Amino acid sequence: MTVIIGLEIHCQLNTNTKLFCGCSTDYRDDGPNTHVCPVCLGLPGSLPVLNRQAVVYALRVAKALHCEVPEFSEFARKNYFYPDLPKAFQITQYDKPLALGGYIEIEAEAGGEKRINLTRIHMEEDPGRLVHKGSGDRGRYTLVDYNRSGVPLIEIVTEPELSSPKEARRFLNKLRATLEYLGIYDSEREGSLRVDANISIKGYERVEVKNITSYKGVEKALTFEITRQKGMIRRNAQIVRETRHYQEARGVTTSARSKEMEHDYRYFPEPDLAPLQVSSWVEEIELPELPDTRRDRFMQQYGISLNHARTLTGDLRLAEFFEEVASGIPEVAAPWTADILLGELNYRDMPISKVPVPHFNALLEEVKKGTITDTSAVEILRLLLNQVMEGSTPEMPGAVIARLGLSKEEGGAFREIVASVLAENGPAVADQRAGKAGAINFLVGQVMKATRGRADPKEIARIIEDLLKE
Amino acid sequence: MGSKMSFDKPDPDNAFITLCREIDYQEGPLSGIPIAIKDNISTAGIQTTCGSKILKGYIPPYDAHVITLIRSAGGAIVGKTNMDEFGMGTTTESSAFGPTTNPVDPTRVPGGSSGGSAAAVASGLVRMALGTDTGGSIRCPASFCGIVGLKPTYGRVSRYGLIAYANSLEQIGPLARNVRDCALLYSCIAGYDPRDGTSLDLPAPTPLRSEIQGKRIGVPAEFFGEGVDPAVASVVQSGIQRLEELGAVIVPCSMPSMRYALAAYYVTSMSEASSNLGRYDGVRYGQAPDTVRSWHDAYSEIRRAGFGEEVRRRILLGSFALSAGYQGKYYAKAQAARQMVRDDFERLFESVDIIAGPTMPTVAFRLGETSDPLSMYLADILTVPANLAGVPALSVPCGTAHGMPVGLQLIGRHFAEDEILAAALAFEEGSA
Repeated sequence: MTVIIGLEIHCQLNTNTKLFCGCSTDYRDDGPNTHVCPVCLGLPGSLPVLNRQAVVYALRVAKALHCEVPEFSEFARKNYFYPDLPKAFQITQYDKPLALGGYIEIEAEAGGEKRINLTRIHMEEDPGRLVHKGSGDRGRYTLVDYNRSGVPLIEIVTEPELSSPKEARRFLNKLRATLEYLGIYDSEREGSLRVDANISIKGYERVEVKNITSYKGVEKALTFEITRQKGMIRRNAQIVRETRHYQEARGVTTSARSKEMEHDYRYFPEPDLAPLQVSSWVEEIELPELPDTRRDRFMQQYGISLNHARTLTGDLRLAEFFEEVASGIPEVAAPWTADILLGELNYRDMPISKVPVPHFNALLEEVKKGTITDTSAVEILRLLLNQVMEGSTPEMPGAVIARLGLSKEEGGAFREIVASVLAENGPAVADQRAGKAGAINFLVGQVMKATRGRADPKEIARIIEDLLKE
Repeated sequence: MGSKMSFDKPDPDNAFITLCREIDYQEGPLSGIPIAIKDNISTAGIQTTCGSKILKGYIPPYDAHVITLIRSAGGAIVGKTNMDEFGMGTTTESSAFGPTTNPVDPTRVPGGSSGGSAAAVASGLVRMALGTDTGGSIRCPASFCGIVGLKPTYGRVSRYGLIAYANSLEQIGPLARNVRDCALLYSCIAGYDPRDGTSLDLPAPTPLRSEIQGKRIGVPAEFFGEGVDPAVASVVQSGIQRLEELGAVIVPCSMPSMRYALAAYYVTSMSEASSNLGRYDGVRYGQAPDTVRSWHDAYSEIRRAGFGEEVRRRILLGSFALSAGYQGKYYAKAQAARQMVRDDFERLFESVDIIAGPTMPTVAFRLGETSDPLSMYLADILTVPANLAGVPALSVPCGTAHGMPVGLQLIGRHFAEDEILAAALAFEEGSA
């Protein structure tokens, strides 16, 4: 059963002001309805004025994603009633979008690159936000916050060319990285990237899944929906063409709308805004270094592997962090950043921006000098991240090494411990003497345990062999 | 600097919805002149209802651009005038605040939708007023009440703060008892406003002059066609003859697109209105629903109770014209027809400077006479072409028929307000 996935991605542009008025878009730490004016409240008589910066940002995306920008594009009204939509229409683009076509290259499941084509990119305004309060049947009520109303969005629509949730995740990772590199999007703003997905099994009806509010939820939502559809096919149940909502907390999709609630959006050109004629602006846009270029540069400049380079350039802040710590010691910095640090951050759901560069740098220096073992280095890193999480002042690695006595010690210091481990593990010693494979590893492991990882395993193996020869 | 004025006059024609008894005003070209404002133009701190129950009690937190301009020019805003609900009418009878009567004959309507503004000017309550013109709503009441009214070129006067009925058609403009006052108020409100994306940055209006000599005046046969009262046609014909006597060259011509103008106008305006009026849901302003229901039911309830019959009719027709499957048949066709009207004007203005004809096909109706909506729509036939094309047009008193005022309509090229005002002044002076 072949899976066909197409995505529609809404991305908030991090302009200073909203799409059609002068209100600030930086509302997340402020009270409700504090970033509003007659325009974004849709008060009678107010008129939209297009934010030029938003158009430039959208065109940057169009250029980076290889789209064609037609000579004319146009804003249109999408009419529907909803309490978060103060004008009862959303200003968006309909049959004359800002950009057409384009593509993104992702790592294919089978290896190599796969090109995912885009249908279009258009601009639109974000609606407000509903906040549901209270509990019980009679106590529930809803508040409306218009701070978000009028924040500029771009909607990027792909062709139905993704064939698995994993590919969808890779596509979104690549897209997100590109948007960040372009300086038009801030991934740390909550709800700044929202995804709708069209999913079908080849030969069956297509289902639209809305309300995937984090890019991390996409793989889970798609996996659930594909499993649901395949299950229905196996049971000979009919898949109906419908809109489903993703319930993030439960990880399931549920049917959204009955037929009689289907909207007719009655699109027509927005009479208050002149048509856009911006194709000539594209030439003037200078693109920054984008993820693929940076990946290739990393491999060349730092001599690191394709996998490490791909991981490190897959996130703008990570790439910048790496360049800060990599300069002197890329061969240590690449695996320690891409493999170990990233794993520890994911485990803690902690952003790279919180990692103190001098501390991490000093840690890498210690690893490179060989003053500590890898095990100790991981222990120090965990301690460091935990200190940051708790909000206490992080200790420099040197101080931790001294405080916990983690300095890799000379072999001699361990001879006593090795001797007592050997004395306690008669059977293993016998196995080792008999030349049984694996016995030495067991003994080294016991010593490592006893030394809390301070010892260098190779050194310990040498001492064990020495002692057994005696 | 600032002065105070009190305004305490009876309002027998029900021209006002809201009267301001105490008014502050500044020094300027309009210093101390009482000015009435149509109630669809936002005035900070003064109730603005659009003649609708749904906006009763709404006090805008901001001034429309034209209000800012009038205040800084010293105008004394004495009140908000009655109008057909949301501008949807030709009689000022569809207001939720009761009809306005015509000061010339109180058994007749003042025309609409800026009927309150026209009545306030014609009765002498104020020297000038602002109206808005979507399909003739300034020129019609000017004609019916025997005063001067100008609809400027689309984009010449900022619409910021004008509560939209049909955005692509409407303009704010002045009404006054004579051409000079009309031109004075126009010169104070014309100009670029960055808050209106359709506003145009053009030089300021030139000082008013009287000029008609040698002007080529086109008279389309269609302006005297079916439905035009012969008594009105005859008064206007003699007005046009007077223009010729004053030195104008009369050029008979034809505007074939007039056949489609009304349909194009009504489909476009109702479509835009159906979208513009979606926001009146009782959530942020106006009357709130008095029940605890789902938002969907509450919206239906407040909109059913808050809008009058004509407004509901136009919302429904407009929604239909935009709906999937019908949009190509109605909205798209209306835009094509609109382009034909534009093309006609463009062609005519290659050989004439001004187009002249009656403003309205009849004199003012009697109150309650136009109960059939379709016959009311037909009355707009001579005024809607200028809105469809965006060109400036004015109505200037031309005489009487059946004892009621008749207006002569002068239509100019885009941004040629100065030219039609100059011709109107020459006509007015020549008639005096």
